[in-house]
Amino acid sequence: MSKEAYVILQMRDITKTFPGVTALSDVNLTVRRGEIHAICGENGAGKSTLMKVLSGVYPHGSYSGDIEFDGEPCRFSDIRSSERRGIVIIHQELALCPNLSIEENIFLGNERAKNGVIDWMRTHAEAAALLDRVGLTEHPATLAMDLGVGKQQLVEIAKALSKEVRLLILDEPTAALNDEDSAHLLDLLRGLRDEGITCVIISHKLNEIEAIADSVTILRDGRTIETLDMKRDNVTEDRIISGMVGRDLEHRFPEHEPKIGEEVLRIEDWTVHSPTQHGRVVVAGANLTLRRGEIVGLAGLMGAGRTELAMSVFGRSYGIGITGRVFKDGREVHLRTVRDAIRHGIAYATEDRKRYGLNLIEDIKRNVSAAALTKLATRGWIHENEEYRVATGFQASMNIKAPNVSAITGKLSGGNQQKVVLSKWLFTDADVLILDEPTRGIDVGAKYEIYSIINQMADQGKAVLVISSELPELLGICDRIYAMSAGRITGQVTRAEATPERLMQYMTKVKEQ
Amino acid sequence: MTSVGPTTGPSTAVPVAPEPQAAAPDRFGGRLFTANLRQNGIYIAFALIIALFEILTHGDLLTPQNVSNLVVQNSYILILAIGMILIIISGHIDLSAGSVVAVTGAVSAVLMVNNNVPWPIAILVTLLAGAAIGAWQGYWVAYFGIPAFIVTLAGMLVFRALTMSVLGNQGIGPFPDEVRTIANGFMPTYLGNIGLGPLDGADLFTLLLGLALVGGIIATQWRGRAGRARYGQAVEPFALFITKIVIAAFVVMFVIVQLARFKNLPWVLVLLAVLVLGYSLLTNRAVFGRQIYAIGGNLNAATLSGIKVKAVTFWLFVNMGVLAAVAGVVFAGRLNQAGPTAGDGFELDAIAAAFIGGAAVQGGVGKVVGAITGGLIMGVINNGMSLIGAPTEQVMLFKGLVLLAAVAFDVFTKRRAGAAR
Repeated sequence: MSKEAYVILQMRDITKTFPGVTALSDVNLTVRRGEIHAICGENGAGKSTLMKVLSGVYPHGSYSGDIEFDGEPCRFSDIRSSERRGIVIIHQELALCPNLSIEENIFLGNERAKNGVIDWMRTHAEAAALLDRVGLTEHPATLAMDLGVGKQQLVEIAKALSKEVRLLILDEPTAALNDEDSAHLLDLLRGLRDEGITCVIISHKLNEIEAIADSVTILRDGRTIETLDMKRDNVTEDRIISGMVGRDLEHRFPEHEPKIGEEVLRIEDWTVHSPTQHGRVVVAGANLTLRRGEIVGLAGLMGAGRTELAMSVFGRSYGIGITGRVFKDGREVHLRTVRDAIRHGIAYATEDRKRYGLNLIEDIKRNVSAAALTKLATRGWIHENEEYRVATGFQASMNIKAPNVSAITGKLSGGNQQKVVLSKWLFTDADVLILDEPTRGIDVGAKYEIYSIINQMADQGKAVLVISSELPELLGICDRIYAMSAGRITGQVTRAEATPERLMQYMTKVKEQ
Repeated sequence: MTSVGPTTGPSTAVPVAPEPQAAAPDRFGGRLFTANLRQNGIYIAFALIIALFEILTHGDLLTPQNVSNLVVQNSYILILAIGMILIIISGHIDLSAGSVVAVTGAVSAVLMVNNNVPWPIAILVTLLAGAAIGAWQGYWVAYFGIPAFIVTLAGMLVFRALTMSVLGNQGIGPFPDEVRTIANGFMPTYLGNIGLGPLDGADLFTLLLGLALVGGIIATQWRGRAGRARYGQAVEPFALFITKIVIAAFVVMFVIVQLARFKNLPWVLVLLAVLVLGYSLLTNRAVFGRQIYAIGGNLNAATLSGIKVKAVTFWLFVNMGVLAAVAGVVFAGRLNQAGPTAGDGFELDAIAAAFIGGAAVQGGVGKVVGAITGGLIMGVINNGMSLIGAPTEQVMLFKGLVLLAAVAFDVFTKRRAGAAR
């Protein structure tokens, strides 16, 4: 096979600079025809920028270097021009219009129309065929907002297929999916590969890359580090990680010797109903205890009710018809509002930093102080210099990478944003910290830092409840793990007895009689 | 002090590569200029517009009498703009302000003119009426969850209707002298005039007041800077700091001198100054003020940080109602009559002032001083164009384009800042 036929995409010496920052320097990427090619790198390594260059989001001329697709040079002026060549990108944030139907979304901007009038019969038929191809059984007229994230992702892929895609780029496709949906998506990608569609996939989930990719290119600090053939080079997760961080990673989790004290929080018979679906029980009779110095995990598949349990305890910020009892330091407390919860030393760091955790247009110091502003004020007036001092202290102890605490949080990387969120809750002097997906969307190096911070919290005698969808993470840092399934706590294991299989058993357990 | 490198912290075995977007910006280079331009663009624009009309009117714009007119003519819009900017920062809007001005003016007229209620009591009752109106709207927005756009659109109709009912569809006046003095009058002479050179005929007490004000500005700025420096914060270069203070002192003294040479300080300016100072402090320093920004910046995050979002929103609308009542009394006093069409379109002027002054449509951004400047920009355009005899349609055209340009500039600078990521 000649080289041209063998290679579908060749990006050579791509350099892209923004004012003051070089995002990519001399990056090379070679993708073989019909393979699944993974791109790995820490946040800020330049993966998304590279894909935006490829798909024409950054038009020709705004970068230097050459792109050759299918043996021809490419000079894309916008996304449409790259799509015309069969290069389709699916972004991390899904771009479906929630108020439109599946079929309308699939053919958005590409309507099946005659003289400007939509041909609904054709739209309907073609949409149904595409949905069949991606394995969706929903009716094409279903509104996008009625679909879960996993199914929305499939609609995005159907949309890409409708454009006769030849190179499909997926940016963190499984970041928001549960294991089941992720598995389905990966199967689908394998199927597309067999149909001859080349895929480029950006992912933080290394186990998935190991499972699906044919080759992997690793970026670091805007440079190509290496391209590995998964089979020939016998690539493992640790091998990828060492490429990403630039050295061997002996341990992905910091060593920790727990010093567990007396009980600090106990939840008894906790039941929560859904605020949107009448009569639906989201959390059913949950019992849970946390002790000082202990890191406790809460495992469960998406929809198991973990976040709902945490938020309902945190001042009833989720749910209606809440019953059950909460004991703090052995005494029963009534946490009716978020303020009550904070006053009783309970903190909840959300799974969605950008939507629920941070004021992205404000700076670090104002976010750090947001939940305990009264600590910095006398008679309602804020001491701004004290605020600066406090925030600077957290910046140092948390190793938040920013010029100073007046930096806008929206411009920080995911890991640093998470450190700001954790600082905010530590500043409330909470001794029970509920951390919901604390390392979601965070690169490997920063994850390690977050784990160290969690360990430190425990060493200070705080109780930490970690909600996570990544089992290795729970197994790596928790002293004890609860598993939830369909609103119930179905099991509890200590560190010594915890195995992924055992947890998965509890997590998938259907309601006991 | 502001090093980016690793600091003493949790011992981390993994050295994390520096991330490009966290790189320290060139502090004294182009970025500082851009950032300053974005923050201070409104003041530069204000200066340019003043310069433009000073030239076009052959110096009539900044004569003592006209400076005094500028303040008095725009006072009620500026009072509304203060309340409006707070509402806009929190992510809401108030379309009813003009109607509330009318209905509170009508209430005060009925009390003072028709029922001979002593003016201090009448004003107090009017302010309470404004608070009650604000509470009504605040309830629907904050606790019932109807968008402020709808609630206040309804309010715009409802309170205009109430105005007409209260007034019996005719103007009521005249007002007691005291009320007219608040709206239209000037501070008396306390220490006589000075008869020297360029300050010919200026009021001595007012000049001293101006000097005290400038002294106060210098002292607080100096203390603030020293305090920040003591805490190891980055402070602006000394030259820039001095320049800013000199400009501020010059502007304050210029206005004071011009007013002192005319009929002395308008009382309404004193009222306005107190309001601006008080609300600036509230937004910059108070917990309540901070909570307004937090709510406008990210409602969900604010809620989960334990901020009483509903209460804050409710009180913002109460506050808006009270300020609209103040504007209502001032406006009625100035016209010496409460009329059924009073305050028509004021809400739009106040909203425009807030957006010209740098507020963001999404909320979370804005400053009281910015809104005041925005209001003054429109005031200068109105006044300057009427001085050169421009017809109304030209005034509207120009104001509309200025509003669009101001917001376009804001969007443009934000997009550039965003693209730098």
